[in-house]
Amino acid sequence: MKASNVAKAVALALSVAWVAGCSSTGGTDTGTTGAVDTSGSFADSKGAAVSGGVSAAEMAAQKAADAVAALQTVFYFDFDKSVVKQDGLDALEKHAAYLVATPSASVRLEGHADERGTREYNMALGERRAQSVARYLQVNGVNSDQIETISYGEEKPAVLGHSSESWAQNRRVELKYVSN
Amino acid sequence: MRLYKYIVAVLSVLLVSLPLQAELRIEVTQGVDKPTPVAVVPFSWSGGYGLSEDVAGVIGSDFARSGLFAVMDQDNMLSNPSRQNEVAFRDWRSAGQEFLVIGRMSPAKDNAVRVEYEVYDVIKEELILRDARIGSRNGLRDVAHVIADNIYEYLTGLKGAFYTRILYVTADKLDADTFRYQLRMADSDGARPRTILESKEPIMSPSWSRDARRVAYVSFESSRPAIYIQDLRTGQRQKVQSFKGLNGAPAWSPDGSKMALVLSKDGNPEIYILDLLQRKLTRMTHHYGIDTEPNWSPDGRTLIFTSDRGGQPQIYQMHLKSRNIERLTYEGNYNGRASLTQDGRFLAMVHRGDDGVFRIAVQDLKTSRVEVLTETFLDESPTIAPNGSMILYATQKGTRGVLGGVTLDGNVRFLLPDSQGHVREPAWSPYLQ
Repeated sequence: MKASNVAKAVALALSVAWVAGCSSTGGTDTGTTGAVDTSGSFADSKGAAVSGGVSAAEMAAQKAADAVAALQTVFYFDFDKSVVKQDGLDALEKHAAYLVATPSASVRLEGHADERGTREYNMALGERRAQSVARYLQVNGVNSDQIETISYGEEKPAVLGHSSESWAQNRRVELKYVSN
Repeated sequence: MRLYKYIVAVLSVLLVSLPLQAELRIEVTQGVDKPTPVAVVPFSWSGGYGLSEDVAGVIGSDFARSGLFAVMDQDNMLSNPSRQNEVAFRDWRSAGQEFLVIGRMSPAKDNAVRVEYEVYDVIKEELILRDARIGSRNGLRDVAHVIADNIYEYLTGLKGAFYTRILYVTADKLDADTFRYQLRMADSDGARPRTILESKEPIMSPSWSRDARRVAYVSFESSRPAIYIQDLRTGQRQKVQSFKGLNGAPAWSPDGSKMALVLSKDGNPEIYILDLLQRKLTRMTHHYGIDTEPNWSPDGRTLIFTSDRGGQPQIYQMHLKSRNIERLTYEGNYNGRASLTQDGRFLAMVHRGDDGVFRIAVQDLKTSRVEVLTETFLDESPTIAPNGSMILYATQKGTRGVLGGVTLDGNVRFLLPDSQGHVREPAWSPYLQ
């Protein structure tokens, strides 16, 4: 359900949004954290409205977007580390392939840290993590113009709580497709 | 005749730098094993209307928080004298008190209140201090803090810092994707909190100007971090820095003309100094590691900062003229967000030792001795009172962030009254004018 909303949001960003004159962001978050994508309702209503007559190109875009939307979008890190973990690389390569094939698409990489350590240091750490993901995308051919990085440090935890499980979920980079 | 206590250790430096005055009544001991007993009697009030503040109560709780005084419970007082001829010294002596504070309040012109107070040495049965202050009806807490500062300074020789303010940030996670951040200001005892700024995006790193009239902070309101300066009286704001990447950790120089800050516009967090008048930006650090959390030494000649150039976050000091950098901390595997006491001798910081827990610690830069001051969990953001007597910091109480206080010798700890939301990042103001 959520994934299909995301796919529609991405497809809209590519093909339909300008028709509707819409400037909302199609932010995605299909990570394991259970965060809710607030743009879902927007994608739903508009998506339904245009489902009548789509071109072959749009169908292809939709299919590619569907595939991308099913990918992992949250990437996790070890404490005080900014190395992308092995298990996230496959998904990142697929995001990269999609971005290379779709020059009009772009992503925002939001780096986060857990609550341990000082806040400004964690801002730097979150930025390093986002840059680390950005570099991996670039190595895989993505144009730097398609990538925006921002760090939120420890200011926007995915989950509250002081356990090592919570901390592990908060040390992350969220990859979000943005509509232009 | 009581024996005077001896000045030792941590606080001694503060005292030694002052001329030892003959009228000094209490000398500060480390440990404060025996805080000096003092009674602050409720002040009488001759006005026809009710007053909203218990002035004596505010003074008493200031004293108690300082750790230097044991303040007598008002309920245990046999009498409530407000004039010298009403004082029965024997009663106060048998109640174990060494000093007695009494006062009277009366209406003054323009809705103001006149507060007269006296301090007595109970043992000698002697008046040692008499003074009067006038304040507005709504500003009685300020008057109380000023009086507390006067008495504190008279008795200890240390300038009081009760009449100061604190800034802090509160955050609430309203639902999965919605947060509310507030920059708030309160009195040094946490009373009278008010909101300076509210945003759905993070607010961070508040820093006072030296005249305590303006504050700098980081706000994400434009969806990216930027540094703002806000005038506390007029509310007027100015965006001073918003490069690509990090714009963080603003710290005003002691003379107020410059601001140290962190930018990652060249790809990596580096420390810069912004000349606020000439708008000139000078890059100070050049290292591929993380350099952040700059803070000025009180003489304005050096910057201390956090860097992981050695493999883990530690505190370094840069001499601004020579640009020489030296590492200050070696104990612990994580030291960050450091600031210096006014005399430049003690470094307060977030410290993680071998037990892996983040606590507030103080390092004596003369002896290199590190003392861990707090025992709580996830302690962070230490901020030092302008008189160097106390540190406020953020900690956790249950699932909430709250503000804690600790004396510089670690002997007295307290929590500030609860306020709404997750509280973090306290910043103690300079002395108010």
